[in-house]
Amino acid sequence: MSDTISLIFIIIGVVFDLFGCIGLIRLPDVYNRLQSATKSVTLGTCSILFGIFIKYGFSAIGMKALIAIPLLFFASTVAAHALIRGSYKSGIKLWDKSVIDDYKDVQK
Amino acid sequence: MKYITLFIIIFVLWLLITFNLETPNLIVGALVALLTSLVFGKSFLKDSKKFFQLQRYFWIIIYLVIFIWECIKANLDVAYRVLSPSMPIKPGIVKVKTALKTDIGKTFLANSITMTPGTITVDIIDDEFYIHWIFVSSKEPEQYTNKILGRFEKYIKRIFE
Repeated sequence: MSDTISLIFIIIGVVFDLFGCIGLIRLPDVYNRLQSATKSVTLGTCSILFGIFIKYGFSAIGMKALIAIPLLFFASTVAAHALIRGSYKSGIKLWDKSVIDDYKDVQK
Repeated sequence: MKYITLFIIIFVLWLLITFNLETPNLIVGALVALLTSLVFGKSFLKDSKKFFQLQRYFWIIIYLVIFIWECIKANLDVAYRVLSPSMPIKPGIVKVKTALKTDIGKTFLANSITMTPGTITVDIIDDEFYIHWIFVSSKEPEQYTNKILGRFEKYIKRIFE
């Protein structure tokens, strides 16, 4: 039973990772690519880790997988934030069909 | 006080990661936790009393449930945008104001915004968040502030402030 549930979680995770990679290729600029690269992939990987936790339960492997979830969560959010801010500061333009840019005003 | 709180947290985390209750492991864990809490204790939370107020944990659980639900819903939304042939995106950077005061509250709000797909926090200046949004659905600041922050802000306020 727990094997089936963990398999379902792992499959969901792999599918979300795949969506993240497709987004990385299809979306037009750095900022939009970061959106799919960091977040769909984080949710997918967290889901895979949770599947591993369900399979192994409260053992050495399962606990490591469970603790990796918050660590991955904070690492990827902070990395996304640093990358997007860094690319803005180093002068990469937004996509030319972007509708609004409030951040421009505080750069001067 | 905050050194002791940090020590306990690190030690419990060590025990969970190594998953081993033999004496050498306990001693090494205690040493590592002691060293880490001495070095980083200064920059830990200013008010460690909050760790022992139980109603905050209750709000954390409710917040986690809402957060995971929002996260899955929003991920499906982004998957739809990525996969559909016409790619309906309308990106832009918007400015929203938050009512949170403490640094830790703002940090968690920014991380929550980053994790819900469609929005990444670009920068925080005082109480204004600059957010890159993949689909800017309205031009009215009140509406999108409510849309981005409204789901999380009140829970984070109860947890951290």
